[in-house]
Amino acid sequence: MTPVLEVKNLSTHFMTRRGILKAVDDVSFTVGEREIVGLVGESGSGKSITGFSILGLVDPPGRVVSGQILFNGEDLLKMSPGAMRTIRGKRIAMIFQDPMMTLNPVLSVATQMIETVQAHDRVSRTEARARARDALGLVGIPSPEERLDSYPHQFSGGMRQRVAIAIALLHRPDLIIADEPTTALDVTIQSQILFEIKRLAAEFGMALIWISHDLGVVAALADRIMVMYAGRIVEAGQVDGVLTAPRHPYTSGLLSAVPAAVPRGEPLRPIPGFAPSPLSRPSGCAFRDRCARATDICATEPIRSIAADREFRCFHPHLWSAA
Amino acid sequence: MTNPLVEAVPLVEAVDVSRRFSRKLDYAEKIANLFGAGLEEKTVHAVDEVNLAVYPGEVVGLVGESGCGKSTLGRVMAGIMPASGGEVRWKGRPLTSLQGDDKRAMRLSAQMIFQDPMSTLNPRKRVLDIIGEAPKVHGIVKGREMRDYVAALAERVGLDASYLDRYPHQFSGGQRQRIGIARALAVKPKLLVCDESVAALDVSIQAQILNLFMDLRQEFGLTYLFISHDLGVVKHICDRVVVMYLGRVVESATPDELFDNPKHPYTQALIRELPSVTDRRRVFTPIKGEIPSPLHPPAGCHFHPRCPKAFDRCRVERPVLKENAAKVAGRHISACHLNDLAAHQATNATAEPAI
Ligand SMILES: Nc1ncnc2c1ncn2[C@@H]1O[C@H](COP(=O)(O)OP(=O)(O)O)[C@@H](O)[C@H]1O
Ligand SMILES: Nc1ncnc2c1ncn2[C@@H]1O[C@H](COP(=O)(O)OP(=O)(O)O)[C@@H](O)[C@H]1O
Ligand code: SF4
Ligand code: SF4
Ligand SMILES: [Mg+2]
Ligand SMILES: [Mg+2]
Repeated sequence: MTPVLEVKNLSTHFMTRRGILKAVDDVSFTVGEREIVGLVGESGSGKSITGFSILGLVDPPGRVVSGQILFNGEDLLKMSPGAMRTIRGKRIAMIFQDPMMTLNPVLSVATQMIETVQAHDRVSRTEARARARDALGLVGIPSPEERLDSYPHQFSGGMRQRVAIAIALLHRPDLIIADEPTTALDVTIQSQILFEIKRLAAEFGMALIWISHDLGVVAALADRIMVMYAGRIVEAGQVDGVLTAPRHPYTSGLLSAVPAAVPRGEPLRPIPGFAPSPLSRPSGCAFRDRCARATDICATEPIRSIAADREFRCFHPHLWSAA
Repeated sequence: MTNPLVEAVPLVEAVDVSRRFSRKLDYAEKIANLFGAGLEEKTVHAVDEVNLAVYPGEVVGLVGESGCGKSTLGRVMAGIMPASGGEVRWKGRPLTSLQGDDKRAMRLSAQMIFQDPMSTLNPRKRVLDIIGEAPKVHGIVKGREMRDYVAALAERVGLDASYLDRYPHQFSGGQRQRIGIARALAVKPKLLVCDESVAALDVSIQAQILNLFMDLRQEFGLTYLFISHDLGVVKHICDRVVVMYLGRVVESATPDELFDNPKHPYTQALIRELPSVTDRRRVFTPIKGEIPSPLHPPAGCHFHPRCPKAFDRCRVERPVLKENAAKVAGRHISACHLNDLAAHQATNATAEPAI
């Protein structure tokens, strides 16, 4: 399977007044064709900045300081701004937690969608409008023809997110990066959107990077999962494997901390402490202050161990015997 | 888990409580009316004739999607917002009848803890004063004993007492929530109304705070009304779960009963759609439709436009909360007309499939 996206040793830093903040620190991963990859981790771990880096959306004082981002084999980091604009929106699209990041409040949905179509394709207004209407229909917006002329504030939160998804779909991109798009939505609405996304990704053969802090959502949606901690991917692999037999102590810690992991009424099992400030992370493994398995060697950098369909960065990974 | 005696007096009780908000016309709308637009004030029925008793020592979970009235009901039951109809009773006495010392004592006894502690913590005050002010004002502690009193509380909730002279912005989200909890505990409350208190926290910090709530319950003999949109959290820590939809209670049961044997089609949908780590690469079967606006709630059963089991009666008659005809274990009540059908009819009453 040729990967759609291959990220190699990506580092994105923010040059802040208080020092260099390593938001993304030597991150490598691939996304296969039609693959749904979940990116999880607690807030501040670098999930959004990973997505922004791929799309060239990191603003100063932030900067991609090293690495390669190969999209269908071409390095996005070496591309001209003009070529990057064509990729963004046409071949790679992004959906945000807040749909208003995509939508302009003072323009009708039709105007925005027609502009998006015509930004990359030379088609008539009538045809662009027809494509916009079809996209709204695809994401489950009732009476799309009438809704086209509405303004963003005339939609509910869930419907607004559907409009943002419809815009992302307009050019049938190869890859969609979705940054917590259902986090602010209610569970029945979230479920509707996950249902549509799963169906559309399969139908159009799109690959998906789904960023979420909710392990349950990723478990339900993704083929593969990547777990981030303090700017690094600490574990990655098939969803089933990672969630049933995690190798990295941070992954197992996250899984044990959810209420469902202990019998009702018993004390929960949180990971002790909290994530270090990104400006003062411990040397070596950034998890070592909180890790029950840490030893002296953890003060040095754990390298990526890559085994059959699983990788992790840890000196003392959990061992699972084949049951 | 406590099992309150049937004859015990609830610590706090909502009796047919309603809370309405009227949305006044804005300037543009008033002008429009001068030209004969005929716009009227709109009324939101945020809470619509709710009955809910919380017994001493109980942890009652209040769940439902945004806008269903959880926060409003929580505020009304905590006595910080008046009801527009019905009555809230504190230890059996109507709130409106409490005067003087009784009223003050009640106000202190019911404390709220919010989702975003920053919105309720004065950014210009030191943590010491944030926690210590109310107990000092109310004579619970003398001025010169305040620091020790606050330090002990801070330690109890897991805050480093050497940070008491710092300001709220110098703390992380989880620590700020601990400040909010210490501030509530400082006035020796009986009831904590927690409104999405762990919703903004990462899973591990959330687990730390939930454990703290449970420890404090034992230690201080607290009663909780625990408001959350997260059924997983509520299932874990509550003795009883109450499900709301568009201002009304639609089901109430113990967590085991509710999750194993949900009666109301809305509860069934919520439980089915709850994402879970143990439920991998599943097929979603969402219920259709949006949550209707509380400005124009549907007639009859509020859930009927989305309900896969709706039938004619649902469109005209409001279902009352009652035990199921099939007689499940006590105190499991739901508001659905299916309760009146025999069990075999109910399962066959599927009218239209979801999506
Ligand atoms: N504009 C910015 N300036 C400085 N630091 C930033 C900026 N944006 C993000 N960061 C920092 O980068 C780190 C990673 O952030 P982010 O990718 O948003 O995390 P996540 O999406 O996992 O919550 C965090 O420590 C955050 O504070
Ligand atoms: N102060 C207010 N003024 C007007 N409407 C309000 C006010 N507070 C809440 N509402 C409305 O009442 C309904 C219930 O709100 P709320 O109690 O906050 O629900 P929940 O906490 O379940 O999300 C919503 O439709 C909301 O818009
Ligand atoms: S490298 Fe060491 S500290 Fe880091 S997760 Fe592994 S055992 Fe723990
Ligand atoms: S009363 Fe009717 S519409 Fe309402 S939940 Fe029951 S079956 Fe569905
Ligand atoms: Mg983010
Ligand atoms: Mg609320």
